[in-house]
Amino acid sequence: MWKFTVRRILIMIPQIILLSVLVFIMAKMMPGDALSGMVDPNVDPERLDEIRENLGWNDPWHIQYADWVGGVFQGDLGQSFRFKMPVTEIIGQRIVNTFWLSVATLVFTYLISIPLGITSGRYNDSLLDQAITSYTYIGFATPLFIFALVMLWVFGFMLGWFPTSGSVAPGLEPGTFEYVMSKIYHLILPAFSMALITTVNTVQYLRSEIIDTKQKDFILTARAKGASESRVYNRHILRNSLLPIAAFFGFEITGLIGGTVFVENIFGYPGMGQLFLESITLRDYSVVTSVVLLFGIASILGALLSDIILSLVDPRIRIK
Amino acid sequence: METKSNETQQIAKSPSGFSIIWRELVRDKLALISLIFLILITVFVYGVSLILDQDEIVRVDLFSIHEPPGEEFILGTDYGGRDIFGQLIIGTRNSLSIGILVTIMTGVIGVIYGLVAGYFGGQIDNIMMRILDFFLILPFLMVVIVFVAIVPTYSVLSFSLIMTAFLWMGIARLIRSKALQEKELDYVQASKTLGSSNVKIMFTQVLPNITSLIIVTMTLNLAANIGLESGLSFLGFGFPESTPSLGTLLSYATNPQTLEYRWWIWVPASILILLLMLAIRNVGEALKRATDARQRRG
Repeated sequence: MWKFTVRRILIMIPQIILLSVLVFIMAKMMPGDALSGMVDPNVDPERLDEIRENLGWNDPWHIQYADWVGGVFQGDLGQSFRFKMPVTEIIGQRIVNTFWLSVATLVFTYLISIPLGITSGRYNDSLLDQAITSYTYIGFATPLFIFALVMLWVFGFMLGWFPTSGSVAPGLEPGTFEYVMSKIYHLILPAFSMALITTVNTVQYLRSEIIDTKQKDFILTARAKGASESRVYNRHILRNSLLPIAAFFGFEITGLIGGTVFVENIFGYPGMGQLFLESITLRDYSVVTSVVLLFGIASILGALLSDIILSLVDPRIRIK
Repeated sequence: METKSNETQQIAKSPSGFSIIWRELVRDKLALISLIFLILITVFVYGVSLILDQDEIVRVDLFSIHEPPGEEFILGTDYGGRDIFGQLIIGTRNSLSIGILVTIMTGVIGVIYGLVAGYFGGQIDNIMMRILDFFLILPFLMVVIVFVAIVPTYSVLSFSLIMTAFLWMGIARLIRSKALQEKELDYVQASKTLGSSNVKIMFTQVLPNITSLIIVTMTLNLAANIGLESGLSFLGFGFPESTPSLGTLLSYATNPQTLEYRWWIWVPASILILLLMLAIRNVGEALKRATDARQRRG
């Protein structure tokens, strides 16, 4: 177990190094540099060159790379020229919103997919199963952004049940009960829209997993020794079928990252995805590279988490 | 599987690949309808866009801004007074074209990469799979958006190259695992004993045996790629506005006024994307069943 985990963590190191190189290349390819946004246009170009020289912008690339990585380790992600403040501070404000959006989406995803998957697998080929299968079939083909737009149109504008933008109602004091409720209220529609689409894979997987397990010998044994139908399902089948779902948890994080970019943009939700799109449109590149770096690390960690859970669940992987 | 040599045909007539696929399609009415729908829409869209002039359609006409559907404009106009129906046709053509282009490019790269990794195995496979894992782990959407934003000369070709650069991994992984199984088979060993070169075995002997898998995967990928392209165009990082795609029409709906009151701008494009993706998937699933004798209905 430990051997596998250690080896898996070792694989992660080159991945993070490669990611940082890729992000660095992106940063270097971006037109202009941090300075062209930072200084006042009246300063004469020669002085600008001097500042660039002092800040090390003319150094060979590997020295610049080392400087940048050193900065990142100390929590220095550079300055945002749009907000005129450190990138870490801006991301700190936004990441909380994205974090709660992701948590809410995951909660909804499992709340929807597990009951649906179980029903569909237990009563396979029944009318109910067919309805659930058609939902997954259509859900699989529907792009998230179209679905989110339709949800916003129907529940936000036509029915007016949910707010159509923002993460909290204006004028509320942070920390109060109303503030928290308003936050949750703003979360429901985006999280639910995203969950209804991301849930599809889990439902399909759980369904086929249960149908497979149903025919195994140990289930026959359980029935033969007189276990009740509900005990067979809840104790014997579910325990076997739910574990792989737990292992997908880390990969869900990678999926969420793409999803938040669309959902936050459509629902006007001030999170990292929206920050990313705004910054790239306004050419605030230090923010852009930082967001890509952070999300890249998040997906690397997500995959690590999944592999570790999978190795706990399935001993065959540990041996390899 | 479906490949036939002259010899086997003389011994017993096994059904050809096409007749198996055809039988499967006829059995699965939904897939057949989907295929007919796809053929019709492709012919219609490419045919009509020969007559339509793209520059004419994207020209701003300030006298007919936001016209609802009516006699002059079948599906109304957008904020620049441009005909939605024309944009829909050109958009579908552009979305289909780039979807097909990206699918073919990722297919070629993925098949070669997967074949080499799977066929040689061992250390080569190990290194190639680590590289693949890295690409797989990247936040696809963000990386593509950044490259779209910073590439100096942005065109449809560079857009599809950027998409290809971060989309070849899925098919490569699939082909690699199939090639790993395939190289253990007797015909590969026999061919090796006869002294065939590795390149010859890979591309003239293993490749034909996995074509069915490639075709199925590429069909399903086509649906996904059209979705991705329209998603990127929706966010404003796909086609430029002068070359409308289905996603461009949807991006007008980010304006709350358009979303709430001007359904004719974005609803037809949404329905069209949905139908296209469902139809391609239906055909893909039928092809998948045709390649697997255990799942066939016909």
